[in-house]
Amino acid sequence: MTAPLVSVQGLTRIFDVSKPWLNRVIERLPKARLTAVSDVSFDIPEREVYALVGESGSGKSTIGKMVVGLLNPSGGVVSVEGVDLSRETDPAKVEAVRSDIQMIFQDPFASLNPRWKVRDIIAEPVAARGGDTEGLAERLLEQVGLAAEDAGKFPHEFSGGQRQRICIARALASEPKLIVCDEPTSALDVSVQAQVLNLMTDLKEEFGLTYLFISHDLTVVQHMSDRIGVLYLGRLVEEADPDTLFERPAHPYSQMLLSSAPRMDGFGREVEPPKGEIPDPINPPSGCAFNPRCPLASDLCRAERPELRHLEDRRVACHHAEKALGAGAEPA
Amino acid sequence: MTDAVLSVRDLVVEIPTRHAVLRPVDQVSYEIEKGEILGVVGESGAGKSMTGNAVIGLLDRPARIASGEVWLNGRRIDALKGDAMRRVRGREIGMVFQDPLTSLNPLLQIGDQLTETMLAHLDISETEGRKRAIAALDEVGIPAAASRIDSYPHEFSGGMRQRVVIALALCAEPSLVIADEPTTALDVSVQAQIISLLKRLCRERGTAVMLVTHDMGVIAEAADRVAVMYAGRLAELGPVRDVIQRARHPYTEGLMASTPLASRGQTRLRQIPGSMPRLGALPDGCAFHPRCPKAQDKCRRDPSPRLDTCDGRAACWYPVEQREAAE
Repeated sequence: MTAPLVSVQGLTRIFDVSKPWLNRVIERLPKARLTAVSDVSFDIPEREVYALVGESGSGKSTIGKMVVGLLNPSGGVVSVEGVDLSRETDPAKVEAVRSDIQMIFQDPFASLNPRWKVRDIIAEPVAARGGDTEGLAERLLEQVGLAAEDAGKFPHEFSGGQRQRICIARALASEPKLIVCDEPTSALDVSVQAQVLNLMTDLKEEFGLTYLFISHDLTVVQHMSDRIGVLYLGRLVEEADPDTLFERPAHPYSQMLLSSAPRMDGFGREVEPPKGEIPDPINPPSGCAFNPRCPLASDLCRAERPELRHLEDRRVACHHAEKALGAGAEPA
Repeated sequence: MTDAVLSVRDLVVEIPTRHAVLRPVDQVSYEIEKGEILGVVGESGAGKSMTGNAVIGLLDRPARIASGEVWLNGRRIDALKGDAMRRVRGREIGMVFQDPLTSLNPLLQIGDQLTETMLAHLDISETEGRKRAIAALDEVGIPAAASRIDSYPHEFSGGMRQRVVIALALCAEPSLVIADEPTTALDVSVQAQIISLLKRLCRERGTAVMLVTHDMGVIAEAADRVAVMYAGRLAELGPVRDVIQRARHPYTEGLMASTPLASRGQTRLRQIPGSMPRLGALPDGCAFHPRCPKAQDKCRRDPSPRLDTCDGRAACWYPVEQREAAE
């Protein structure tokens, strides 16, 4: 095993969500802090797809932004190719690593400048570094399944799926090694989603790319990824490969998430709907954050937060993971 | 069939534009019976929301019903105007939209919104209305309903808001509920709660539901029958199990196969080439033929196939022959 391309250690991000200074004084309010990401660690080996799943507020997008460098971590380290981007002082090194990271966003309507021609949009990552952009856009457009003539058009002339292809072409322009994809197909229809996912798979093979794939859609994640991290309230609660996770989830939250996801063969299925909702991240429950919704919660869970530990070929943060595994073995 | 709550017959919605008259809904016919959940699926632009809006008379101008009929409980409602239609809406048809925040008035307490709806449609006193509002909130699973009735919409989470919207849609005990993407803005675990709530309430009250969504999984779990729409037309209509597992229309078949769920363990998803045509540029013949793997001359030449001119299940000249049938 070579060193992983991306290594995330103890990553934490705290947002200050306090009211303005004057209100705090008048209303005698304390400072409010929202812990969006807390002590998350994982590695992504080269040419693999690592997926982060979770519901809204689980911190998955915040992690994505910190990996790209759009946000600085409050604590912990993100290192890409062995370089810690937030602390590295050698500008040449930072520059070299930066050009190896690109990002694809969820909304293909908001992430393309409507006043720029597609040619300029795609060439920008290279042009910004003073590289040669002659014919680059045309070549990339053909690679993502559009026509070279499309380079002269504006974004509004394309459909959602085609725009997402343009975003992908732009991400490929600087020949990156890592692409962070934040819900790349959530805004797309099913048949278009299939086209874009297939394209991403093909490009990964062709260019030897590594993806950090962020999504709330379990079926997409199961299809795309080599390893999946499940997030709950900013913490990694379980990490496993897709088969292990989908066949035998060990964390009660993963089990709840998987059983409540609608299934194509679930005709008239009566699921016991999950209890409760994600708690307020400003005042998270004591101990394990999932304990108010967990069927296996005990006093230990309310008092002490479980650490992420190895169990068979997965990592799981639950005091009762063995028991949960036993309970989850019932017919699906 | 006489026991249908809603009966839509050859509905055509037109939008006149400078260049041409567009038809976002083209000769759509279906019925929903008492206590039945009809799923309407399709990709964006297929006309599924437009069909729902046409039924409740909420088409934005210049869109209008050009022809066809809408019957609700044996009464024709597509020609009703102003006040008459307003009495039907809310009283006989309840609505649940995608975004719960925009369907609630942010300036009114939810209790007031519920009582207002009931007072407008039912002959009850204000105290009785309030009592029923609490009961309605209780029924959709809002904890401590009696104390939360005076809260404002922003004090609820997304899932709780959608419960309030469902309570609002059902409080006048309508015979039909149109739910337009009711769970699209919600998380998976909350989605499961809302779907099971909708199913339970409709079973208990015998309400007919038109569930518009793009999520096949939701349809599979909730609907009794499914209508698949493509480019404003019905592509397929049938019992949910048959449509999902033994699709007859090539579009339905492709759609089902392109969901990641259906192609487990394969490195590539099956994809339908191309994308849905714009309404202004519909091809002649069957609207799906440029993307169809089985298209023949007849598909390109003859007028668009309809359910009733084909086998009643799929609007296709050459429906997919299922392996099961051959065996």
